Amino acid sequence: MADTWSLGSHTFTSRLLVGTGKYPDFPTMQRALTVSGAEVVTVAVRRLDLSKKGSESLLQWIPKGMTLLPNTAACFTADEAIRTARLGRELDMGELVKLEVIGDKRTLFPDVEALVQAARVLVKEGFTVLPYTNDDPVTAKKLEDAGCAAVMPLGAPIGSGLGLRNPYNLRIVMETVSLPVLVDAGVGTASDAAVAMELGAVAVLMNTAIAEAKEPVLMAEAMRDGVAAGRKAFLAGRIPMKLHAAASSPMTGLIGS
Amino acid sequence: MQLRLNGEIREVKDGTTVAALLVQLGVRAPRVAVEVNEVVVTKDRYEAHGLRAGDAVEIVAFVGGG
Repeated sequence: MADTWSLGSHTFTSRLLVGTGKYPDFPTMQRALTVSGAEVVTVAVRRLDLSKKGSESLLQWIPKGMTLLPNTAACFTADEAIRTARLGRELDMGELVKLEVIGDKRTLFPDVEALVQAARVLVKEGFTVLPYTNDDPVTAKKLEDAGCAAVMPLGAPIGSGLGLRNPYNLRIVMETVSLPVLVDAGVGTASDAAVAMELGAVAVLMNTAIAEAKEPVLMAEAMRDGVAAGRKAFLAGRIPMKLHAAASSPMTGLIGS
Repeated sequence: MQLRLNGEIREVKDGTTVAALLVQLGVRAPRVAVEVNEVVVTKDRYEAHGLRAGDAVEIVAFVGGG
């Protein structure tokens, strides 16, 4: 049976979700997205630059068949995030939204109080809400109670590449909610993605780690493989850690014994 | 009359509709979403929605983001 997962009415096979920001150029982004195997790509909603007529559209560079996940990045209030989500839905005609309400410019940590408020409103309006949140189990539970379709705790600050700073909290989040848990933000390299999946994340969302790698297309492939390896290791069930050795070769039948 | 369009004051003819504004701006409607006074105007209402002096109009599109 295929190893799939679901968000609202969507079912996916790939467990890597990729952002579309910060690539050196659109052709590189397109190749990276294709190689990543991602089925979901995030996009941001911004004012159209009315001085630049006929500028290239992002959408024509996103490979066909990928599901768009509009975000509410850089919104600092619940109201801004709600309005941005509605505009994203009008643009895409889809109900998915990556909900971000940012509380602090320097760290881009979420304002979880406003996040929960915005989530309640958007769920009532029929959105499939995927909130970007802190690695806090209490907030995760509130987001579940608000009717979110998943929770997306950060591994580390957005774009930091620090990896999973608190894997223990991520585990507690995973055992606290019965929703899919996606690790969103903080991944720096393929091993970070693998660790997130080994912990039991349903999927991993990343942007900068691919887009700002020296070779974004190669890193997209590495991330695809890291996520896949981590998922397989999770399903396979790792051995418990032991303090002392447990020999792999027989300790009997040695020559000269 | 004056509108606030994407944060900037702009002069348009009285009675301009959302559809007419997009034509005037050379914007292709399928690629954008429009909000007037913080409420989304859906595409099927562009022709009917007349703008009024002082309206705050936002025209947005998708850009790269994470």
